[in-house]
Amino acid sequence: MKQHFDILVIGAGPAGIAAAVRAAESGARAGLLDDNPAPGGQIWRKGAALPAAARNWIAKLDASSVVRLHGWHVFAHPGSGVLMAESTAAAEREAAELHYDKLILATGARERFLPFPGWTLPNVMGAGGLDAMVRGGLPMSGKRVVVAGTGPLLLAVAAHLAHRNAKVVAICEQAPMGRLAAFSLRLLSQPGKVMQGINYRWASRNARFHTGCWPVAANGQGSLESVTLQSGDQQWDIACDYLACGYHLVPNLELPVLLGCRIQNGFVETDKWQQTSIPGVFCAGEPTGIGGVELALLEGQIAGLAAADRINAAIGLVQKRSRSQGFVRALANAVELDPRLREIPSAETIVCRCEDVPFHALGGYSSSRDAKLHTRCGMGPCQGRICGAATQFLFGWGADSVRPPVLTASFSSLAAASCAADHDSNDILNQNRKDTHTL
Amino acid sequence: MPDASISLLVNGAPVSVTPGTTVAAAILMSGPRARISVTGEPRAPLCGMGICFECRATINGFAHTRSCQVLCEPGMDVRTA
Repeated sequence: MKQHFDILVIGAGPAGIAAAVRAAESGARAGLLDDNPAPGGQIWRKGAALPAAARNWIAKLDASSVVRLHGWHVFAHPGSGVLMAESTAAAEREAAELHYDKLILATGARERFLPFPGWTLPNVMGAGGLDAMVRGGLPMSGKRVVVAGTGPLLLAVAAHLAHRNAKVVAICEQAPMGRLAAFSLRLLSQPGKVMQGINYRWASRNARFHTGCWPVAANGQGSLESVTLQSGDQQWDIACDYLACGYHLVPNLELPVLLGCRIQNGFVETDKWQQTSIPGVFCAGEPTGIGGVELALLEGQIAGLAAADRINAAIGLVQKRSRSQGFVRALANAVELDPRLREIPSAETIVCRCEDVPFHALGGYSSSRDAKLHTRCGMGPCQGRICGAATQFLFGWGADSVRPPVLTASFSSLAAASCAADHDSNDILNQNRKDTHTL
Repeated sequence: MPDASISLLVNGAPVSVTPGTTVAAAILMSGPRARISVTGEPRAPLCGMGICFECRATINGFAHTRSCQVLCEPGMDVRTA
């Protein structure tokens, strides 16, 4: 399949939906691609009651002329103005050559996972991870769940699990009470967010809420049976069926980096109109800074309008966006990781789950690349998406370079990408030069 | 009540799920794990959102498919390692 779009949007979460809707309203032929089977991204995942904003935006998308590719993932960028994607549909593996004049990257964020003894046991998942599995049909009735990690997601997940008749036995937030209180005060200027927090806590009111507390071990034979929690000098075990543990969010930067967008302080650098360092390539939502749904919707709309050359229509949104950006800084401060979390892994704790590389094997290396070449850490199918954020926190390593294919693809899709590249051989030469440079 | 259930096979055993259920959830309903790691550990989904590859399975003959990103369909043949 070969398609051309005036504006192609990658990622159908709030930012991507808003971008695609505004682009299509402006008369552009807009495409929207996402690897999930339905629009909404992670935050507006189906399988639970969606907030009004979600219903409104998805209705706008349904009513729009946006061409939608759900269940597709991008795996290569064989030349300027073209991306290669593969369908994840169960019936066939189809490749698509997607050409674009303007590109909007709305790739969202993933959870940050920190290794601890037993974290590879079945039924130890991310906080958002368990939430997504439950929305995907995993039964929760009567299951005992410990929710742990850091960030506003924990309360939202605990509330949803309680609503699904799970027994949330503890909520453990690594940040100390003082920092959370400061963050709550900061939120008083945004009553909507305060009310949301109060409602979440009320829904999970039967669970103990611990601050300055985190899991130091998950215990069980073949599957999870209990979790060891630590707070200060105290340690105790709590029996549970699931541990939902995620340490806030990290941006999905693989595609922006593959395209060569400039990264600053761990996020995609954008201008006033959400344009990246590459002219015609825009970025919106969490990859530009973890700021939540409201900011993502503003950024997505700005990107969609700007990509459609309608910056005058985006001026009001730009002003609103600047008011939301204080929240990004306040949130980053609130979820700052306690340095004692670095002491949790034992020598035998697996850090790279794809290649089963233990913590003790990673001492003495200077970078992700160095460790990868010697230990295979980050070399498995997730390509370091999980262990990369962990080794960054544990050892201070930066991200490794990104090269295609950025996700697994079948041989036939790789062959299709190679054909697309032949049409643009100059770009491929440049790509190779870049790769040599990053080595 | 949700719509009529969907029947599929996970490692040859029939599993019934409601429409909208992901293959990853169906795998966990039929057994404790999704795959065996390179050192022989049982593994199950971690991220639930297509990032970690712990839920990968062979679906209708296509190996290494992220089962959390695929919805169950009638008659689907799912195989875990």
